[in-house]
Amino acid sequence: MEHPPNEPQATPSDQLHDPGIAPDQPHEEHIHVVPLSLLAGIFVALLLLTIATVGAIYIQAGDLNIWIALAIAVLKAALVALYFMHLRWDSPFNGVILITALAFVAIFVGIAITDSTEYRRNLNPPPGMQPVESPDV
Amino acid sequence: MSDHDHTHDHDHPPHLAHHFDTPTQQFESGKLGMWVFLATEILMFGGLFCAYAVYRANNPDVFLYAHHSLNTKLGAINTVVLLASSFTMAWGVRAAQLGQKPLLVVMLALTFLGGCGFMGIKTVEYMDKWEHAHWVGPWNEYHPDHQADESHAEADFGPDAPPENGVLPEDHPAEGSSEAEAAPGMVDQSPAPTGVEQPDRATETAPAPQPDAVAARSPAEPALPQDRVSLIRPAANAPAGLRTEVVAGDDVPVAEAPYPSRETMTPLDRDRTHIFYQIYYLMTGLHGLHVLIGMGLIAWIGVRAFAGHFGPAYYTPVDLVGLYWHLVDLIWIFLFPLLYLIH
Repeated sequence: MEHPPNEPQATPSDQLHDPGIAPDQPHEEHIHVVPLSLLAGIFVALLLLTIATVGAIYIQAGDLNIWIALAIAVLKAALVALYFMHLRWDSPFNGVILITALAFVAIFVGIAITDSTEYRRNLNPPPGMQPVESPDV
Repeated sequence: MSDHDHTHDHDHPPHLAHHFDTPTQQFESGKLGMWVFLATEILMFGGLFCAYAVYRANNPDVFLYAHHSLNTKLGAINTVVLLASSFTMAWGVRAAQLGQKPLLVVMLALTFLGGCGFMGIKTVEYMDKWEHAHWVGPWNEYHPDHQADESHAEADFGPDAPPENGVLPEDHPAEGSSEAEAAPGMVDQSPAPTGVEQPDRATETAPAPQPDAVAARSPAEPALPQDRVSLIRPAANAPAGLRTEVVAGDDVPVAEAPYPSRETMTPLDRDRTHIFYQIYYLMTGLHGLHVLIGMGLIAWIGVRAFAGHFGPAYYTPVDLVGLYWHLVDLIWIFLFPLLYLIH
C-alpha cells in the first residue's frame, strides 16, 4: 500500500522507528515494515549459525562446549527476537518483558543447579560409587 | 489512508474498539498482551530447562551417553525447517502490512507446511525411539521395570565389549571370592539384554518388586541374602545396549570425543539413563504441542486472510500469531543444541 502523496512522511510515531530503514518503505501510521532483504539476511544468518552450532561439536573445548553452543543459541534467539519478532522497532517495554522472563528463568535454573549439588558432601555414596565432584554445567 | 476513510456513526476505523483511542494504541496493547503471554510460556518451558540443567549438571555422563540415540541429522533438518517457517511467517506479516493478500496466503500456507514437516520428522524420530525401546517409563530399556520380551528391535543395539575387570571396584564388597563371576551373572539383569549375552533370561524368577539384583544372578550361584546384595549394578554393564561409537549416516560423527563407555559409566548412571529420555520427551513433546497449536492458529489466520480480513489497517492477528510461531522457533533454537549436540 503506497502512501498518498499528501500523506505526511513522518508521523510522531515514526520518530520511534529506526531511521536507518529505507525511506521508500511504505508507512502506515503505526506500521513499521521490515524490508524483505533484511528478513532474508537474518534467515541466512540463522542458517549459518545453525551450521556453526553443529560444527562446534568438533571443537574439543571441554566444558566450554556447552557455553559455545549456548552462545550461538542466544545469538540466534536474539536475531529472531529482534528482527522476526520485531523487537528492535517495538516499544522497549515488550523487550523488557522478554528480558524479565529470561532473567527469572536464569535465577530459577541457576539457584536450582547450585542447590542440587550443595548437599552432596553429606551423602554416603552407594557401594562402589566414588564421590562425584560437582561438575560444571 | 483509504482504509481509515471508512466512517459511520462513531467515526472510527472499523477494527478499533471503543476503549482505545487510536488503532496504534490498540495494536500496541494487543502486542503487549501477547508478549506477557509469551513470557509465561518462557517460564513454563523454564521449568523443563531447569530440570534439564540440574539433571545434566549432576549426570553429565548420562547425557553424553544417551544423546547418541538421538538423530542429529534429523534434528538439524528440523531446525532448518523451523527457521524457514519462521522466515515465511515474518514475510507473511510483511505481506499483511503491505496489503499483499495473495502473498500473505501463500506465506501462511508455507509456514503451515513447515509445521507439518517439522511434526512429520518428529514423528519419524519418535517412532524410531519406540522401535529401539527408547520410549518412556517401562518402554525404555533402561527403566527398571522394562520387560525385555517386548517386540522392540533391541537386538539392533548389540553388546559392547566385554566388561573389563578393572572397572569393577568395590561394587559388592560382601561377595568376596565370587566377585569374579559376578559380572557375567549380573549381565542378565541389564534392562536391555541381547540374545548374545542373555541366553538364559527365562531363568529369571523374581517378579517385579525385587529389583533384579538377587534373582538375576546366574542360576548356579546361590542367591545372596537380600541385605548382602547391592542393588547397584556393576559398572561393567552400565549402559547396556547403547552404542558408544557413531554409526555412519545415523549421527554426526564426533571425532575423538571422550564419550563415556560402558566401562567408565557408573551403574548409577546407567540406571538413570532412562530419565534422559523422559526429559527429552517432555521438552520436545511440549514443544511439539506448541507447534501443533501454532499450526492451528496459522490455519485459522490463513482462512481469514483468504477471506480478505487483513490489510495494512488491521493485521494484528497475523502479527500476534507470528509472535507465537517465532517463540516456538526460539524454544527449538535452544532445544536443538542442548539435546542433540551434547559434547
